[in-house]
Amino acid sequence: MSKVFIAFQRNEDTRPIIEAVLADNPHAEAIESPAMVKIDAEGSLVIKRESIEELIGRSFDLQELQMSLITISGHLDEDDDQFKLSWLN
Amino acid sequence: MDMHATKKKLGIKEKYAHMTRGLDWETSYQPMDKVFPQATFEGIKIHDWDKWEDPFRLTMDSYWKYQAEKERKLYAVLDAFAQNNGHLGLTDARYLNAIKLFLTGISPLEYVAHRGFAAAGRNFPGVGPRVACLMQSVDEMRHAQTQIHALSNYNKHYDGFHDFKHMLERVWYLSVPKSFFDDAFSAGPFEYMIAIGFSFEYVLTNLLFVPFMSGAAYNGDMATVTFGFSAQSDEARHMTLGLECIKFMLEQDPDNLPIVQKWIDKWAWRGVRVLTLVAMMMDYMLPKRVMSWKEAWEIYFEQNGGALFADLARYGITMPECLKQCSIDKEHIGHQAWATFYQYGGAAAFHTWMPSDDEMDWLSAKYPNTFDKYYRARFTHWRDEAEKGNRFYSNTLPMLCQVCQIPMLFTEPDDPTTICYRESDYDGEKYHTCSDGCKHIFDNEPQKYIQAWLPVHQIYQGNCFPEGTDPTVEGFDPLAKVLEWYHFDNGHDNLDFEGSRDQANFAAWRGMATKNT
Amino acid sequence: MEIDLRTVAIKPLRHTFDNIARRFGDKPASRYQEGTYDIQQTDIFHYRPMWEPELQLFDKRRTKVEMKDWYALKDPRQFYYGAWTIARSRQQEAADSCFEMIEDRGLVAMIPAELKQLALDVLVPMRHVEWGANMGNSYMAAYGYGTAITQPCIYHAMDHLAVAQYLTRIGLVLDGPEALDAAKDAWMTAALWQPMRRHVENVLVVQDWFEIFVAQNLVLEGLTYPLLYDYLDSEFSAKGGTAISMMTRFMTEWATETGKWVDAQIKVAAAESPENMVLISDWLKQYRAPVLEALIPISQRAFGDHAESVLAEVTAQFDARCAKLGLSV
Repeated sequence: MSKVFIAFQRNEDTRPIIEAVLADNPHAEAIESPAMVKIDAEGSLVIKRESIEELIGRSFDLQELQMSLITISGHLDEDDDQFKLSWLN
Repeated sequence: MDMHATKKKLGIKEKYAHMTRGLDWETSYQPMDKVFPQATFEGIKIHDWDKWEDPFRLTMDSYWKYQAEKERKLYAVLDAFAQNNGHLGLTDARYLNAIKLFLTGISPLEYVAHRGFAAAGRNFPGVGPRVACLMQSVDEMRHAQTQIHALSNYNKHYDGFHDFKHMLERVWYLSVPKSFFDDAFSAGPFEYMIAIGFSFEYVLTNLLFVPFMSGAAYNGDMATVTFGFSAQSDEARHMTLGLECIKFMLEQDPDNLPIVQKWIDKWAWRGVRVLTLVAMMMDYMLPKRVMSWKEAWEIYFEQNGGALFADLARYGITMPECLKQCSIDKEHIGHQAWATFYQYGGAAAFHTWMPSDDEMDWLSAKYPNTFDKYYRARFTHWRDEAEKGNRFYSNTLPMLCQVCQIPMLFTEPDDPTTICYRESDYDGEKYHTCSDGCKHIFDNEPQKYIQAWLPVHQIYQGNCFPEGTDPTVEGFDPLAKVLEWYHFDNGHDNLDFEGSRDQANFAAWRGMATKNT
Repeated sequence: MEIDLRTVAIKPLRHTFDNIARRFGDKPASRYQEGTYDIQQTDIFHYRPMWEPELQLFDKRRTKVEMKDWYALKDPRQFYYGAWTIARSRQQEAADSCFEMIEDRGLVAMIPAELKQLALDVLVPMRHVEWGANMGNSYMAAYGYGTAITQPCIYHAMDHLAVAQYLTRIGLVLDGPEALDAAKDAWMTAALWQPMRRHVENVLVVQDWFEIFVAQNLVLEGLTYPLLYDYLDSEFSAKGGTAISMMTRFMTEWATETGKWVDAQIKVAAAESPENMVLISDWLKQYRAPVLEALIPISQRAFGDHAESVLAEVTAQFDARCAKLGLSV
C-alpha cells in the first residue's frame, strides 16, 4: 500500500482539524515541521465534517479546509460529509 | 452557501453539477471544431467530456469567499512585516539571495502559467476542465502578484530584485525556468496540462514550495512563508486538476496512452532539471536549513511520486526511465550547481559564497557518499583562496544544454568526475545536451528545440550588448557590456556576498536596532 | 536582548522596481502598479507556438488595433487579484443573503405566476450567453497583449461565470433543476433565442481579441444588461416580483462597475489614432445590428407592447455612451 498525505498550516483554525483527523484515522501519523503539520497514512485518509464540528462547536463546511491546506497526495473524493484521500492500487 | 431548492436540498456534487454542467452546448451556427480549434491537433481522443470528475467543487461565490479571506490574511501579514522592518529579523542576509532567485526565476512564470491556463480553459470543449483551468488561471495571477508584493519591500532595501522581468528574458540562468514555461505554453492544451498541471504541479511543486517555505519560516522570513503557504492552499486544487486530467485522458481512449506516456517522460525530466536550482537553494542558500535536497527528494519524489506511478500503472503508465538516474543525481546536483554559480558569480544577480566549516559538516552529514569525496576539497580551496584575496571568478562562458539550458555541469551517472555531454545531429548541425533525458527530448522534437534562444550563444553572436555598443573599441569589456544589457547594477547585484552592499547594510541596520549608538 | 526593529529608521535604496520607476519615477508605487505593469514578457521567446507558428507566444499582431504602449489601457478600478476578489466577496455575501432570505422565508410563493414564468423564460436561458461571455473573456486573457488589459479580462471571465451561476440559482430557486433543462431547450430550439444563440456562436469564432472585446464587453453587455437588469428589473419590482430583483442585485451593481472599465479601454484605444477609432467604430456597427435583432424577440417576451419603446430607449442610451467614448455610431 502507498501512503497518502495531507499537510496543513499550523494555526488556531487547523488545531481542531488535525485533532479530528488523527482521532478518525488511527493509522495516520503527524509529522511536524516549521509552520506546518503533515499527516501521512497508509492507503487512505478520511476527514469527517461531524468530527470537526464536535470539536469546534459550530457547523463546518469542508470547503473551509482549503483555507489552510498546504498539499495533498492521493485521489480526492469530497462530498458534504467527508473529504477522502486514497490510492486505488 | 446553503441551497434550499424548492423540492429538496441539493448535495454538493449535485449542486455543483447544476452550476456548471449544461452551461455549454453543441454549437450549430458555427462548427464545433471552429469554436474549439485546438481540441484535436495533438492526437488526444476524447469521446465524452461529461465523464470528467470535478475533484473540488467550488462555485464562484465560494471561491470568492475563501480566496478573499486568504488575501485579507496574507496582506495583513505583509503590511505588518514591512511596517516592523521584518527583514531585519532574518537569520542572515545571505538568505536574501534565495528569494532573489525566486522573484527573478519563479514569479514571472506564475504569470505565464496564468496565461497558459486561460488558454487551456478557453480551448477545452468540456465544461469541467474549462472551469477548473480558469480558476487555476486566476489563482496563478494571484501567485505572481502576491510574490511581487511580498518581495517588493525587500527590493526597497536590497540589491538583485530591482528589474526581475527584464532579467528573466535575458539572463543566462533564468532562461532555464523561462524556457520550461515557454515550452509548455507553446505546446497544445493537452500537453500543457501534462507539463504544468501534472508534471509541475503534481509531481514537482511540493519540492519547490513545501520544504523551501518551511525553510523561509526557519530563517525568519514571514513574508515569504505567508505567500508560500497561501499559494500552496491553491496548489492542492491544482494538483488534483493535474491528476484528474491525466486519468481522464487515459480513461477516454487507449490510443491516448503512448502520447501521454511520451509527455510524462518529457516533462518529468524537464521539471527535474529546473529543480536543480531549488536543490542549490536548499543546500546552500538557506543559512538555517530544514532538510537537505536529498531528503526532500526522497519524501516528495521517491515516496510520493512512487505512490503516484504505482497508482497510474493500472492504465499502463510506467515511471519515466530517465527518473531512475535521479536517485544518483540527488547526491550531486546541488553541489554541482552551487559550484557553477560560485564560479560565474560575476554574472549572477545574486551573491554567492563558500560554506563555512559548520555548513560543510552539515553537508557531509547529509551527503555522506559524496560531499567529502567529491566536493569538500574544492570548496575549501576556493574559500581559502578567497580569504587570501584571490576570489575565483571564471571569465569564460559555459556551454549550455540545448534543451534544459543549464550549463554543462552534470556528471556521468556512473562517474561523478566526468562531465556528461550528449550530441545529436539535426539538419547538418550538431546540438549538445547534458544528459540522456535531454537528448531524448531533443531527438523527439528537434524542430522545436533548435529554436531555443541560448543565452551564451547569443552573447557570442553579439546580440546581448546595449544598443549602439561598438565591440571594436580598444579595451572593450564584453562581460561588462552584457551585464549592462541585463540591467545589472554591476558591483552591487553580483559578486561574492563577502563585501557586498547587502551584507554591509544588513549589519548596519541591525546594529541600529540592537545598539544605542 | 529584545530587538525592537520598529524603531529603526532606514533610508531605502529605492522605492519601487525599475520598470515602475521608468514609467512613474522612483517613488512608492501602488500594489496595482507593481502587480500589473510590464509583467507580461515582451522580448525574447524560445519557441514558436505549435498552435500558431507564424506568431510569438505573446504577440501584438493578434489584433488589428495598434497601441504605442498597451499599458495605456489601465483599469480605473485598479484591480489586482486581492482587490478584485475582496470586492467580489463582499458583493457575493450581499447576494447570498438575498438568496437565503428568499429561500428561508419562502418568498418565491409570493411572486405572481406570470412574473415567475417571465424570469424563467428570459433570465435563466441567459446563463448560456454568460458562458459565451466567459469564453470570450478567457480568450482575451490568454491571447491579448499587455497585463493592463488582459488581467481584468480574466476577472471579467470569472465574473461572467459567477453571473451564469447566479442565473442558475435563480432557476433552481424558482422551479428546481427542471428549470435549467427547460431553459437549455429554449436556448437550443426556441425561436425566441435563436438569433441570440447565432450571434453568441459567431462571436466565439472571432480571432481578433480586441474585436471580441468590442463585440462582447461593449456591445452585447452594453445592450443586454440595461435591458434586463435595469428595465426588466423595474418591471419585476413594480409588479410584485421584488424577490426576483433581489436575486439579480449582483448583476445590476456589477454592470455599472465594469461598464466604467470597458469605457476606459475603448476611450483610450479609440483616442490613440484615427485608424483605431475607425476600426472600433466599424466593429461597433458590425455587432450592434445583430445584437439589436436578437433582442427584439426577447424584449417582446419581456415588455409586450412596450418592447419597441424600451429597446429604443436602451439603444439611444447605448449610442450616446458610444458617442461619448469618441466612436462614430
